[in-house]
Amino acid sequence: MPTKIEKDAVTGTMTTGHEWDGIRELNTPLPKWWLWVFYACIAWSLGYFVLYPTLPGVGGWLGWSQRAELADRMAAERARVQPMLDRIRTTAVADIPRSGDLHGFAIAGGRAAFADNCAPCHGAGAAGAKGGFPSLVDDEWIWGGDLDAIGRTIAFGVRSAHADTRQSQMPRFGLDGMLTPAQISDTAEYVLTLSGRAAVPAAAERGRTIFADQCVACHGEAGRGNLELGAPSLADRIWLYGGDKASIERSIASARGGVMPAWSGRLDEATIRMLTLYVHSLGGGR
Amino acid sequence: MTFRHATIERNVLLLMVLTLITVSIGGLVQIVPLFAVESTIERVDGVRPYSPLELAGRNIYIREGCYTCHSQQIRSFRDEAERYGHYSLAAESMYDHPFQWGSKRTGPDLARVGGKYSNEWHVAHLMDPRGVVPESIMPPYSFLQDRPLRGRDIAQHLKANRAVGVPYTDEMIASALVDLGAQANPDADASGLLARYPKAVVGDFDGNPRLLSEMDALVAYLQMLGTLVKFSDYSLKDLQQ
Repeated sequence: MPTKIEKDAVTGTMTTGHEWDGIRELNTPLPKWWLWVFYACIAWSLGYFVLYPTLPGVGGWLGWSQRAELADRMAAERARVQPMLDRIRTTAVADIPRSGDLHGFAIAGGRAAFADNCAPCHGAGAAGAKGGFPSLVDDEWIWGGDLDAIGRTIAFGVRSAHADTRQSQMPRFGLDGMLTPAQISDTAEYVLTLSGRAAVPAAAERGRTIFADQCVACHGEAGRGNLELGAPSLADRIWLYGGDKASIERSIASARGGVMPAWSGRLDEATIRMLTLYVHSLGGGR
Repeated sequence: MTFRHATIERNVLLLMVLTLITVSIGGLVQIVPLFAVESTIERVDGVRPYSPLELAGRNIYIREGCYTCHSQQIRSFRDEAERYGHYSLAAESMYDHPFQWGSKRTGPDLARVGGKYSNEWHVAHLMDPRGVVPESIMPPYSFLQDRPLRGRDIAQHLKANRAVGVPYTDEMIASALVDLGAQANPDADASGLLARYPKAVVGDFDGNPRLLSEMDALVAYLQMLGTLVKFSDYSLKDLQQ
């Protein structure tokens, strides 16, 4: 119930004039400094409203826009690195590793581009992932590991939508009925022996004939693969889709082949060159 | 006489009039800018309504709550442009109901993920994210691979979108079910689909041609994100709102 508004003896501030069971409420005023900051903010907002774009279709007096500022910053950054990028574009890729500062720049740029674009499939450390995402740190290359080959693969992709894409298609020996399950099993036994692993001798012997008929054209007599055709080596322990017998059988039966997007439309030429050098520095060679 | 709040509180009519004025100001501040909303949409070519399969995939994207961890909005800052590509335009989400801009990035922005990775990667990643990205904390969505896509009512989804302003034509609605299947079947005749939905990505997305799965739809949607506008055709001036 309302009581008299009076000065509270303890705090020295006025009461609101409300009382509940003997408890009265203080009417503490807002601190002066707070009030003035509040008024200043209102004044500031009026100036801001006029100077900066606030209403759609009406620009601010300053003519500022976020998109123009971004364009300026991107252009300034571009201008800063452009001389280096121009040198990367005009220097033969093979000569870049011999030109100290340029090589350092290219590897750093390649590493950044790799982390964004390539790492999801090939891994942050380029170790690849099971299920058809090849490691780039070993010396096994499906389409070639020299600078030219790596650059081409990055630019045009593998089985991508690009016209110059790398393209290979292993026949589906099982799904298309070219080999019976027993023949596939025998062939897989023989493939195990190519990398020096134990196999059932009789089955491997039968598999040898089938391999000679069906597989040698691409994978080679000793199963060492063919970089031109993108046929991987079968004579080592590096397997894209698993090297145990069941996985090999599945690969023979249904044929596997991953897709790598072409990057030539998405990344500029200098970036692709930097990526090429970076990937080559990881495990390139062959 | 000094101003006393009690004057307003004790005069019902005055209180109502002043409340009405205050609420009107708040309402106008929200509503008036919407009259000019058209002017905020950049005039660019290429943005089209989602194809039926993409729309179905988008519905799965919403159903699974992908937006809680992934944004679809590249802001106009240099660090974002360097990583994700050109900043998002209002025009690119003008057919989104609801839009998927999101507000938090636990995972990366997806506004331009289309075409960046292969279908095989998307499937492997959705099945088992840590199988390809060991440091990922994304939950697996392997069940999408086994769930058949419920597509029989897809034409109704197109109609519903048309009701809120997406320019689906009668022809698009009539052929919705056919287009839905054609986009996920590399052997089908996709000419009609591509005429209606240019740049649509056709393919057996999940590697299982026997089943049109929810995985197919979701990957089809992901593979078109941010691919419709050809930015080399436009300068800053064209994109100024």
